[in-house]
Amino acid sequence: MIDVLETKDTGEFIINVGPQHPSTHGVLHLIITLDGEMIKDVDPQLGYIHRSIEKMSEKLSYRQFIYVTSRMDYLSSHINNQACSLAVEQGLGVELPSRAKVIRIMMAELTRLASHCLWYGSTGLDLGAVTPFFFGFRERDEILDIFEDTCGARLTMNYIVPGGVMYDLHPDFQKKVKQFIINFKKNFHEYNDLLSGNIIFQNRTKGVGYISPQDVIALGCTGPVARGSGVSCDIRKWYPYEGYENLQFDEILETDGDCFARYMVRLREMEQSIRILEQLVDAIPEGDFQAKTKNVIKLPKGEYYQKVETARGELGVYLISDGSQYPYRVKYRSPNFSNLFAMKTMAVGQKIGDLVSVMAMLDLVIPDIDR
Amino acid sequence: MDVKKLRESFPGEIHENPGGGILTGKLEDVMNWSRANSLWPLVFGTSCCAIEMMHTASARHDWSRFGFEVARATPRQADLIIIAGTIVYKMAPVLKRLYDQMSDPKYVIAMGACAISGGPFFYNTYSVVKGADHVIPVDVYIPGCPPRPEALLHAMISLQEKIKSGMTREAIRSESQAMLQQ
Repeated sequence: MIDVLETKDTGEFIINVGPQHPSTHGVLHLIITLDGEMIKDVDPQLGYIHRSIEKMSEKLSYRQFIYVTSRMDYLSSHINNQACSLAVEQGLGVELPSRAKVIRIMMAELTRLASHCLWYGSTGLDLGAVTPFFFGFRERDEILDIFEDTCGARLTMNYIVPGGVMYDLHPDFQKKVKQFIINFKKNFHEYNDLLSGNIIFQNRTKGVGYISPQDVIALGCTGPVARGSGVSCDIRKWYPYEGYENLQFDEILETDGDCFARYMVRLREMEQSIRILEQLVDAIPEGDFQAKTKNVIKLPKGEYYQKVETARGELGVYLISDGSQYPYRVKYRSPNFSNLFAMKTMAVGQKIGDLVSVMAMLDLVIPDIDR
Repeated sequence: MDVKKLRESFPGEIHENPGGGILTGKLEDVMNWSRANSLWPLVFGTSCCAIEMMHTASARHDWSRFGFEVARATPRQADLIIIAGTIVYKMAPVLKRLYDQMSDPKYVIAMGACAISGGPFFYNTYSVVKGADHVIPVDVYIPGCPPRPEALLHAMISLQEKIKSGMTREAIRSESQAMLQQ
């Protein structure tokens, strides 16, 4: 749905992209001011999928409000659940069994991989290549099978709960993860063959959508968007949680600051996630998968904040408790919201066709922006 | 769809002749048959269910086996709208407008709990439309949060069968409404 709104005397005109447009990956509405083909201004309009998750959480108990967060950034649902569980556990002061911690990290890394696989596929679709979609979804389907065995769900898992995880692992989990690692390593070169070395793809992404490290910090961008400009911001390295400090992995940094750099960051991050999985798959400790917690959780009066690294950047959960069994206020600092507003800096001065690559490399999940 | 299957499903008679053949059948049946096998969905996804819709399009589930692969980005070329995700009050007029822009015959599938009734966002929320059928008429409902790709395929195939059997949109809708009441 692209409508030309008005034509000014200066030759500039304003068009609407969205809310229903295939390249916005959901229901984002962009008001774009164009001068010929050059973008003069981008004005994102939000609220087309605002489901009032934060307000709902005030009437849900500490066990219940976590389930709604699976629907927030649905591609990182394990990591969202993990962030909320960690915030609640801060208030409870429980010590997690080591088995639960390892399961959580493995699930988080598998989620990151699945999310990046989907991003790879949709990036290909956006930039006119259909084949990457099938390659990305081949690996993603395999990960979802692993999730389904253990959690019973494919997308909105609700597996990580305060005090640990909901069920123990499926007996086949280790076998399937090992098989997945072998398959992924065997297939990974195809990802590079299809897009990274493709001259058309490089022409559409190299030097397009530049953002400086200063702008990244000023706009609060995190995740691959910030790391593509060389800003080190991986929460797993800077504020490790759940034992990430004991694992060997690298924070991926690229310094070009263009779309291709952000692409490379995500692609190389997939290898690091595999590295983490390899370290853990044979080292899952025996023991309980859940710490003992009361059925009705009541947090002591106070404020709790926990940040984690989702597939898109830093997710912060800010809980205020008044001592009752419901949170007084829940605030999410979602990565997509901050990353979205970098779009203006990236896209102004570019051609309108480049907006598609800018948006593909931002990898936005709209329900996470609107919540 | 392979040729043999296509022959078997043709609603009429096939008279083989050397160098060709003659197909005879009622025009209405042939119309419904071709309509059912070329339902083009609109690329419309608001939230999580859209990902499962993408999975249905991907290689493992592969909806192109049934004639859905031509996903259209413009409502003017689409026959089928799959409401994949929550509809909020700000989105409702847009959904209505998209539906109005589609040309007849058109069909609607409500995918997932949010599109059926608001689902997980039914209580204590001020912004969610409690069911997409408050905005546009819905033919097929798929439960689930989100439904599996197989469930979406099942819904689309049942819609195909209903079209093939010559049911009007009103008949399809009243049947699914009756099932919803049970």
